[in-house]
Amino acid sequence: MKSKNPVFKVVEPYLYLVPALVLFALFVFWPFIKTIQLSFALTDPLGRIAKYIGPKNYIDILTNGAFVNSLIVTLKYAAGRVVFSIALGFILAIISTEKIKGKGFFRTMYALPMAISASAAAVIFMFVFHGSVGILNKILGTHIGWLTDQRYALMAVTIVSVWIAIGMNFIYLTAAIQSVPAELYESVALDGANFFQKHRYVTIPGVSPTLFFLLIINVINSIQAYAEVKMMTSGGPASSTNIVVYEIYQQAFINSRFGVACAESVILFIILIILTALQFKLEKKVTY
Amino acid sequence: MKDKKSFTITIYALNIIFAIIIMVPVLYCFSVSMMDLKDVYGGRLFPSRFMTDNYVRALQLAPFFTFIKNSLIVSGFITFAQVVTGALAAYAFAMMNFKGKHALFMVMLATMMIPSQAIIIANYLTIANWGLRNTYIALILPNAAAAFAVFNMRQAFLGLPFEIRDASLIDGCTNFQFLYKVGVPLIKPSLGALIIYVFLQSWNYYLWPLLVTDSVEMRTVQIGLGILTNSEGTDFRPVMAGAMLILVPSILVFIIGQKQMISGLTAGAVKG
Repeated sequence: MKSKNPVFKVVEPYLYLVPALVLFALFVFWPFIKTIQLSFALTDPLGRIAKYIGPKNYIDILTNGAFVNSLIVTLKYAAGRVVFSIALGFILAIISTEKIKGKGFFRTMYALPMAISASAAAVIFMFVFHGSVGILNKILGTHIGWLTDQRYALMAVTIVSVWIAIGMNFIYLTAAIQSVPAELYESVALDGANFFQKHRYVTIPGVSPTLFFLLIINVINSIQAYAEVKMMTSGGPASSTNIVVYEIYQQAFINSRFGVACAESVILFIILIILTALQFKLEKKVTY
Repeated sequence: MKDKKSFTITIYALNIIFAIIIMVPVLYCFSVSMMDLKDVYGGRLFPSRFMTDNYVRALQLAPFFTFIKNSLIVSGFITFAQVVTGALAAYAFAMMNFKGKHALFMVMLATMMIPSQAIIIANYLTIANWGLRNTYIALILPNAAAAFAVFNMRQAFLGLPFEIRDASLIDGCTNFQFLYKVGVPLIKPSLGALIIYVFLQSWNYYLWPLLVTDSVEMRTVQIGLGILTNSEGTDFRPVMAGAMLILVPSILVFIIGQKQMISGLTAGAVKG
């Protein structure tokens, strides 16, 4: 009997962890170290280290404008996506939690964007926003190049990502609203609270942990967005939609500047860590 | 009483309006995929007659069935691998005691803090160095384990009563036998949720397949769709047909599995 062997008994739990840990080591931790290493190096076009150049890549990206611009673009994009997709998800969760018939149908519709890929969403809206044949200009009677005019391109891309992000926010907020104790609603109803007061004083405080959770997740997802921009605008016009992952992609795979791209990745990572830590702190303060 | 009625009507109206707004892009995509060119230039919302020519055209322009086959293979294997690696690790974390358990669990969770996009270049270089570009292995292996799957299944195993395992082990069951004969069947509901979630996620991968494949035969659906947008100028009808071809499978999977998926996803994360 294997399980009676004392050595096996000690080793066994680790054997269960080996497959996952080996994969994490190869494809998460090792590339993480390698990214940091490359960020201090000059590479050849195949990504091999030619020589170490200290913090030069960092100095370059922080002073040459393109990367800083991509951070600002990403910030605007993330702000729009986070605010609108959470707000809309919240509204949808509230109106579909009321006692109505056909609730299940509405909920399926609201959650459905979860199943829609960024690239499919992107091609649909490329057509909707198209300057000459797009339906939006036809409906509005305008001739705006939604994706080619730098005043509108970022907004257009953001709308697409808001749409696909709504589903997840809706699902989490619906679950959160349902777990708010019913007695709380009964007692404010006795106090004569109306619809808005009810949600202002019971629902919002009740779901605030979920709101913070979603804030983190949405910020992280926004900062990692890529497909919409690649397909809809290729970062243009005039870099107005050049979000940070697209900038990294260009440096690495168009310009073959892997060192620079890795320095940008490290900064991206640091931003995400700071945001996450900040959110956790904030969460503690607000809920208690 | 009257107030209540008008309130209900308002809620209904809002639900209908929002449902339409949310669904309109998909419906419009379907509508355009059926149009003839005059409908498109006329700015019509619905096709004057339903035609399937655009689907034929989409299939001629790009080997969509190859893309779909590739995506099915890749998403299928990623899902299977994440469940296997996840179940093993989750079982150890939930049901066994060993030295360094807490530390190893933290190591596992730490992978969630490293965003995949931040390490994608280094991963690409690894795969390229191994000569694995344009292979299924390149598409599958880096995604074969995920902390989310481990964490999710660990929660499910923790929900099982310990006595079941103790009794089985006394009956002479090995841990491994218990895991696949009793443990995994018992967590089927949350496993179902995980499977659907992982499958949808990997079906929708974009940047990684874009980097590690460049031959048409190895492209997945999401990248394949881009081939269409570059080939037809302003005639978006075959593109919309292509988009429908890749949306239908994921929407079907979603509708079939949504109940399970939603309860499974929110169970661990939401405290309310």
